Amino acid sequence: MSNDQAQIAYLITSICFILGIMQLRSPVTARRGNLIAAVGMIIAIATMLDTNHANNVLLIILAMIVGAIIGTAGGRMVRMTAMPQMVALFNGMGAGAAALVAGGGLVPSLLSNGHVVSSCVKAGRLISGDCGALTLQNTGGTIWAAVSVIVGSISITGSLIAYAKLQELMGSRPITFPFQNYFNLALLVVVIGLALSFVFIHALGPILALVAIGALAVGVLMVLPIGGGDMPVVISLLNSFTGVAAAATGLDVGIPALIVGGTLVGASGTILTILMCRAMNRSLFNVVFGAFGTIAVGAGPATKGAGAMVRSISPDDLAASLAYAHLVIIVPGYGLAVARAQQEVREMATMLEQRGVTVKYAIHPVAGRMPGHMNVLLAEANVPYSQLCEMDAINGEFEHCDVALVVGANDVTNPAARNDPSSEIYGMPILNVDQARSAVILKRSMNPGFAGIDNPLFYAPKSMMLFGDARASILKIIAALKEV
Amino acid sequence: MISLHPVLADSASTLSLTSYAYIFALAGFLGFVLISKVPSILHTPLMSGTNAIHGIILVGAIALCANAHGWISITLSTIAVALGAINVFGGFVVTDRILEMFRGSARGNASAKEAAHE
Repeated sequence: MSNDQAQIAYLITSICFILGIMQLRSPVTARRGNLIAAVGMIIAIATMLDTNHANNVLLIILAMIVGAIIGTAGGRMVRMTAMPQMVALFNGMGAGAAALVAGGGLVPSLLSNGHVVSSCVKAGRLISGDCGALTLQNTGGTIWAAVSVIVGSISITGSLIAYAKLQELMGSRPITFPFQNYFNLALLVVVIGLALSFVFIHALGPILALVAIGALAVGVLMVLPIGGGDMPVVISLLNSFTGVAAAATGLDVGIPALIVGGTLVGASGTILTILMCRAMNRSLFNVVFGAFGTIAVGAGPATKGAGAMVRSISPDDLAASLAYAHLVIIVPGYGLAVARAQQEVREMATMLEQRGVTVKYAIHPVAGRMPGHMNVLLAEANVPYSQLCEMDAINGEFEHCDVALVVGANDVTNPAARNDPSSEIYGMPILNVDQARSAVILKRSMNPGFAGIDNPLFYAPKSMMLFGDARASILKIIAALKEV
Repeated sequence: MISLHPVLADSASTLSLTSYAYIFALAGFLGFVLISKVPSILHTPLMSGTNAIHGIILVGAIALCANAHGWISITLSTIAVALGAINVFGGFVVTDRILEMFRGSARGNASAKEAAHE
């Protein structure tokens, strides 16, 4: 295949990616969009394999088969509730590949010469000479390689820590130590400094290795202090990082399809990050450096909650009030995912609908552990997506709603975000569950949510609690509904 | 005409640096416009779908591996190919599974509408 033909193939790939994302505008066409993007990917891979009949072809194909088996198996077997950690893991893999390609591309020249002739670097051009297979002609290349190594490395370990937290291999609470933020910032400055010295002064292999190690450490330290509820932001951010790393590698090695693909992902991750931050009324800086929730732990909740009365309701009573309601709004949260109760919730909703009750679902943008997590879980249970309402669309309806059923959500329903300027989450947009005629909260215990913030909704006169595992509780309600 | 990686000349393009800058800037704007139009209900498939798309790095990994000499380069680039392949295959498979459910949910949609008509 000639270079021109290859370039046209990469153009087709880029167009496929763009068309694929365009089709994601509607649930009806979205699946086709994914397929189009996948076709684009296959075209690019085939083109690259065809233009490189040089070395290691067997090795490449073998590595691809291994990767394909692992990836396909992982993608097939993962439960929908575990989707966030799977996405985090795949993200880390992509970031690893990006950092390796950018860094690895420099290895031969660094090895054979000890270092790339620094006088040439100072002149702004790394002359290839006999530096091995892959060499660079100008520092433009190395700058992008350095960017890719830094951003990619941060994304590798960041994604792995996010995975560990989501998979509950480690606690999801923020992990903090004194002067953490200063330490992290200092480390980042050192990493960038080393990278600059690599690009402009001494293109030495060990320096690049230090840059990579430092960036890997930054990734760990950046995600460690971030709590479980902030995961939607972190996953979006890491996704955008990997996109940027891929785009930078594309600029480095000069493959336009890489630039387009990486940049699209970078843009997507950035937009989602902004949306998630806005949905929590917090800045990105605050999420990454805030170590949210550490202040309130142990102090606020107990004192505030102790005097207040909580009313509980039996599954039978709840079933009766649901059965005779006109409008029931279900507010799902991460607890629904943990209890894997989506199927049961759907079953209950169907029974209510058969009795003429209107059932809607109120989805907060940051409910769950990744953007849109609740929509996926409910779609898995075949809930029609016309019943899935965004926050702004449904908030006006709570006042007409007879029962608002909160299943495993907490902070996103906390009226303190609206009323209490002293609250940590003051200003965060919430679902107006407190305005419903009655609210029933399904909860395992009175423990506050991940942020350790007390929720006045629980003590409100119109609120009632149904304690227990969400799935078990819903099953009891279903049983009771059959007898109403 | 500047080729950033002369040895990759037959696998990489030979566009000028400004052309790359154009591609980068336009792709960025296009990305922002396109993704702003994706409804929040599809944010998870958007995320996993774009996750698969950055697996395009696999192409870079293949180029590197095909031009690699010496065991360090070959090892690193082979790992990169495997990681990239995991990213690509896993990403598209997962996204397809998610979107298949939304189709099921669309059927639920239709039946709900029918029920409403009755």
